Amino acid sequence: MTRYILRRLLQAVPLLLIITALLFILTGSLGDPLAAFGGERRRLQPEDRARLERQLGLDKPMVEQYLIWLVGNDWMKVDLNGDGILDSYGTRKGVVRGDFGNSFQEKRPAIEVIGERIGNTLLLMVASEIIVIILALLVGTYSALHQYSFWDNFITTLSFIGYSMPIFWLALMLIYIFGVNFQRWGLPALPTVGMYDLGIGPTVGQVLLHMILPLTALSVVSLASYSRYVRSQMLEVIHQDYIRTAYAKGLPEQMVLRGHALKNAALPLVTIVGLDMPLLLGGTVVTEAIFGWPGMGRLFYKASNAGDIPVTMGILLIIAVLVVVFQLITDIVYTYFDPRIRYE
Amino acid sequence: MTTAVSSPVLKLDEILGREPLTPGQVAWKRFRRHRMALVGIWILVGLILYVTVGALFFSETDANMVDLRQKISAPSGIHPFGTDLAGRDILARTVYGGQISILIGVLAVAVSLTVGVLIGAVAGYFGGVIDSALMRFTEAVFNIPQLFLLIVLAKFFAGQTPTFTFLGRTFSGSVVIIVGVIGLTSWMYLARIVRSSFLSLKEQEFVTAARATGAADFSIIFEHILPSAMAPIIVTATLEVANAILSEAYISFLGMGVQPPTATWGNMLNEAYNQLEAAPWMWFFPGTLILLVVLAINFVGDGLRDALDPQSLAGAQE
Repeated sequence: MTRYILRRLLQAVPLLLIITALLFILTGSLGDPLAAFGGERRRLQPEDRARLERQLGLDKPMVEQYLIWLVGNDWMKVDLNGDGILDSYGTRKGVVRGDFGNSFQEKRPAIEVIGERIGNTLLLMVASEIIVIILALLVGTYSALHQYSFWDNFITTLSFIGYSMPIFWLALMLIYIFGVNFQRWGLPALPTVGMYDLGIGPTVGQVLLHMILPLTALSVVSLASYSRYVRSQMLEVIHQDYIRTAYAKGLPEQMVLRGHALKNAALPLVTIVGLDMPLLLGGTVVTEAIFGWPGMGRLFYKASNAGDIPVTMGILLIIAVLVVVFQLITDIVYTYFDPRIRYE
Repeated sequence: MTTAVSSPVLKLDEILGREPLTPGQVAWKRFRRHRMALVGIWILVGLILYVTVGALFFSETDANMVDLRQKISAPSGIHPFGTDLAGRDILARTVYGGQISILIGVLAVAVSLTVGVLIGAVAGYFGGVIDSALMRFTEAVFNIPQLFLLIVLAKFFAGQTPTFTFLGRTFSGSVVIIVGVIGLTSWMYLARIVRSSFLSLKEQEFVTAARATGAADFSIIFEHILPSAMAPIIVTATLEVANAILSEAYISFLGMGVQPPTATWGNMLNEAYNQLEAAPWMWFFPGTLILLVVLAINFVGDGLRDALDPQSLAGAQE
């Protein structure tokens, strides 16, 4: 098992190199990164522009920029004042040593800027995953056990609608109904913007209250597709011989379902949760934008619009690493649920 | 997935002592039994009529006509869906916006089909180093969430193409960019499916036979193997159209998609977002249309999957 994990991690290295190289070329021309330096009033003079470009290393060829981003330039001398003479050692350490560069917009380490946001995104994502998995197991199992009943058909129709629902559309609806109209009708309205009331501060209760709507928007799409999977898996499993055996030896239904059926029916869900990670991360961009949630998705949107390469690349790299690691965890969890599978 | 599409069905019908049905007839028979899929077809027909017949009642000039005296007016007799910030008629804009949204969906899938089938077929057919290189690349692109990639690519190409005139209508150049960008970020799943079909199909006897007759690789891939791999490709491509329409809506909603004055259902929502409270009609109608078209395509795709799946023979027995 350890060898398997090690091998997978080693395989991930070239994969991440390809990903980052591709993305680096793309983010390199996201617009004018120097626009953030000038400010609104003051326009950059051409000589300032040249100096800034040299300091940030933007004047170098793409390949060199990528390598500096990757491994840094503190082991080689760089030309700081543009006279063609190499003056002193560079200051960049490169992402392999944890240096993501300084954010162009905020003039402080990009990793710091991202670090402040990543927790908020993970909070939304993890909470959403937990809710979705529990509900999907419940709803899917119920649907399978009452196949073609009124509620089964009802749930099936709802899940099709849920699956086709654009997140932003659902989010707008939620805000309109629970934020705007509840207030109009004099009902307790739910907060629609931010993580907490500025007057009260970030207490647990406030954050929970502010999470309700974004969480709902984020969860519905996954819930719809997951409960469909659980339903079809459950239908397959409950017609297996070992389930009949379990009933035959006199086990009560609850135990048959929980001990025998559900564990096998939940198996494919593990894979799907792993594979859906990129989709969920994409969903957070829109959700965070609409609900003003101070997370990584919103930061990415802002940074990529402003041409802030270090922050944009940092987020993309973190996401790529997250996805790779998550897929590995998925595979490992799979062995726990299904001891028949062994990785060599 | 294989040639088995026809053979087991024929056997079944021989047992029942009936005239054998062609695979197409069997598929249609199964498709008809799928009630949701038929509903989906009707919704789709309705929406296509909406965006085409609707265009006979309004000209595109109507859809783009700015009338500031009429701005943000609620639905009424003259403007059944209300007007937007510039006083443009929402009904007319949903008609023309729908044309673009649906067009983008279909064209983007054409792009992703081309790329996906090509990469999947070459990887599956040739195997070896080519296969692992192509699949590494596919995996790399797969690992970046599509929306992030869309944002980066849309920014990358933004503002590089001028508006153009086609069939007497003027389009924002961003339409072409969005089609390309969505197509280039959604081919990975197709490539994997095509590859796995090719991996099993290339070992079959008809391929050996074709090779024995001296057929070139190109002709074996496209004339012999590809037709046998069509079923999963059709299903995936259908569902991809829904995803492409959604992608356009997402990226336009974030303001990086198709640029005004060309309307799409997605970019109509972008302006409406700030008028959430004041003008709910601005986002309600385009949003509902997106939901409907995606829902309908998903229904149809689901029906096609059941109809074309060689394993589900249940429908053919009756």
